[in-house]
Amino acid sequence: MIQIDSVTKRYPDGTVAVDELSLEIPDGSITVLVGPSGCGKTTTLRMINRMVELTGGRILLDGADIHAQPVNALRRSMGYVIQNAGLFQHRTIVDNIATVPRMLGWDRDRARKRARDLMDRVGLDASLAKRYPYQLSGGQQQRVGVARALAADPPVLLMDEPFSAVDPIVRKVLQAELLRIQAELGKTIVFVTHDIDEAIKLGDMVAVLRTGGKLAQYAPPDELLSAPADAFVEDFLGTDRGIRRLSFFTSAGLELTTAPIIAVDSSAAQVAERTKASGAPYLLLTDTDGKPLGWTGPAAAAKGGAALSVAELLPHGRPFVFGKESLRDALDCAVLSPTGWAVAVDDGGRVVGVTSQTTIAEAIRGAHAERGAAGSPSASAKAAAAEAAAVDPAIAESKAAESKAV
Amino acid sequence: MNVLNFINDFFSDSANWHGTTGIPHRLLEHVEYSLLALLISAVIGLPIGLFAGHAGRGGYALAAFSTAARALPSFGLLVLMTVWLGEIGTTPAMIPLVALAVAPILVTSYEAIRSVDPAPVDAARGMGMSSAAVLFQVEIPAALPLILSGLRSAAIQVVSTATIAAYIGLGGLGRYIIDGLAQHTYGKVVGGATLVAGLAIVTIGVFYLVERLAVSPGVRRGR
Ligand SMILES: Nc1ncnc2c1ncn2[C@@H]1O[C@H](COP(=O)(O)OP(=O)(O)OP(=O)(O)O)[C@@H](O)[C@H]1O
Ligand SMILES: [Mg+2]
Repeated sequence: MIQIDSVTKRYPDGTVAVDELSLEIPDGSITVLVGPSGCGKTTTLRMINRMVELTGGRILLDGADIHAQPVNALRRSMGYVIQNAGLFQHRTIVDNIATVPRMLGWDRDRARKRARDLMDRVGLDASLAKRYPYQLSGGQQQRVGVARALAADPPVLLMDEPFSAVDPIVRKVLQAELLRIQAELGKTIVFVTHDIDEAIKLGDMVAVLRTGGKLAQYAPPDELLSAPADAFVEDFLGTDRGIRRLSFFTSAGLELTTAPIIAVDSSAAQVAERTKASGAPYLLLTDTDGKPLGWTGPAAAAKGGAALSVAELLPHGRPFVFGKESLRDALDCAVLSPTGWAVAVDDGGRVVGVTSQTTIAEAIRGAHAERGAAGSPSASAKAAAAEAAAVDPAIAESKAAESKAV
Repeated sequence: MNVLNFINDFFSDSANWHGTTGIPHRLLEHVEYSLLALLISAVIGLPIGLFAGHAGRGGYALAAFSTAARALPSFGLLVLMTVWLGEIGTTPAMIPLVALAVAPILVTSYEAIRSVDPAPVDAARGMGMSSAAVLFQVEIPAALPLILSGLRSAAIQVVSTATIAAYIGLGGLGRYIIDGLAQHTYGKVVGGATLVAGLAIVTIGVFYLVERLAVSPGVRRGR
């Protein structure tokens, strides 16, 4: 645990960047520092590895004052990732990653082997090992930065806006990867960002700082969204926090129906029977494997499944993974669907059912009522969200594209 | 008679290729003076420039010193040193050469370190690298092309200015120029000057090779 105990930083020119800040950063979780530009996030982070020396208060690492040990030993026990990765241009990727193990006295072969393991862990192709940093894309460089920080397996990872210099698609991929790596490694991560969405997505705990280096609120993201401490936090969260909070509610309890679903090889009679039974204005056509093809009106459907050309179908939109993605994803699917119905699929992309906006709205009301009683969200919701992000085909695709890019 | 004839006569005279006044011997002397002057300048200039750059301090002092050093007339300094030290030898010849060469080495090595991207330096410090390791493992490798360019311009200036050593009775390629002027044998003057120019070009070539070998491909990039 990292305890920040009424810490103040007054720079020599008199600027008070951090003012009497107290935070307890729990082990094995991601704590995000977020706030407007100049509110003291970087200063706070850099006081933890003593890149900036505090001028008041104290910081304890597992109960011991960080000033109790030599500064370089302290830093070697903490991974440090910065905005533009800060790779060593003259070293190959594998040697960049091997830097800290080499500093700790590992022999070259062992350090390189470790570096290659880490490349794999952060999703870098082994063929990049002998390249130089300038031969990598920004997203790949940032992965190298993360791998380098993890190389000596430090318990603590300090990250200062690590993903802010890459484009939004790559950023999304890197965020999902960080959550995946964190699920495997369980580091104590302090993560700085000015992007509240990133904070909510990544943080187990989020500390909102206000200008002048004062703590505005320190809470889990769900609580932040449901109960902002004051107008500043509310304003900083943005307008649609009600919708955004839905990403903390699982879609597992959502009521689905399979009535309006027909396979492409059904007979005209089966279709007619389905149309009547479901009472729905549309039918969802699936292929023989159970994957969704699109929506069709009853008139067209009456001709029989096999007679339908796919071109005539209304698009089904992006389906949500039932039980893994959140109510926010389900609602998004329903809102974007031309029929107003969301399609739920399993991990393999096969349809498990469909659900209407009305049903989703009921589920939201139910979840709110339940959450009000249950309190803070479970860690498993976050893990599920991470997993869901990992199976998101759009993300997987852009990841593949990114690792191919030079 | 044109210049090419002078050059041709000078280089085809077999007497010019033998003994202590021959081209190989003079060339060797010239290279020796130049290397010695460059070595002394580097030993003085590099550590000061690199550490000042690393510490981010002393830039104004270095710039002022270098401007002053550059303003010194080498020849005047040579005569002054000879009179002052009261001896004919390499020491009075070295002083003006070193004064000349130390300025570009100091200033460029300082600037080279200062211009290194601060992000990797910050990352290196943040991962617990010692200050010396940051300088030697991060800053110098990144700054090496610029540092070498400072050494190169110092070397070229030394090679061309080392001719003045002949004024105080030392050897080197300056002998041909000075003796040729005194004896009105312009073939010697032109031949000596050609050799000095050739040596300067060889110096550039040598630095090109050193850069190829010493600078990481990651830093050299498309250059
Ligand atoms: N070395 C310094 N000397 C003086 N003032 C500084 C120094 N470094 C930062 N500051 C000031 O301290 C305040 C906090 O800076 P800090 O870099 O911690 O902000 P930040 O929250 O990380 O901002 P950003 O989101 O823009 O990175 C700012 O007002 C800044 O100008
Ligand atoms: Mg910052």
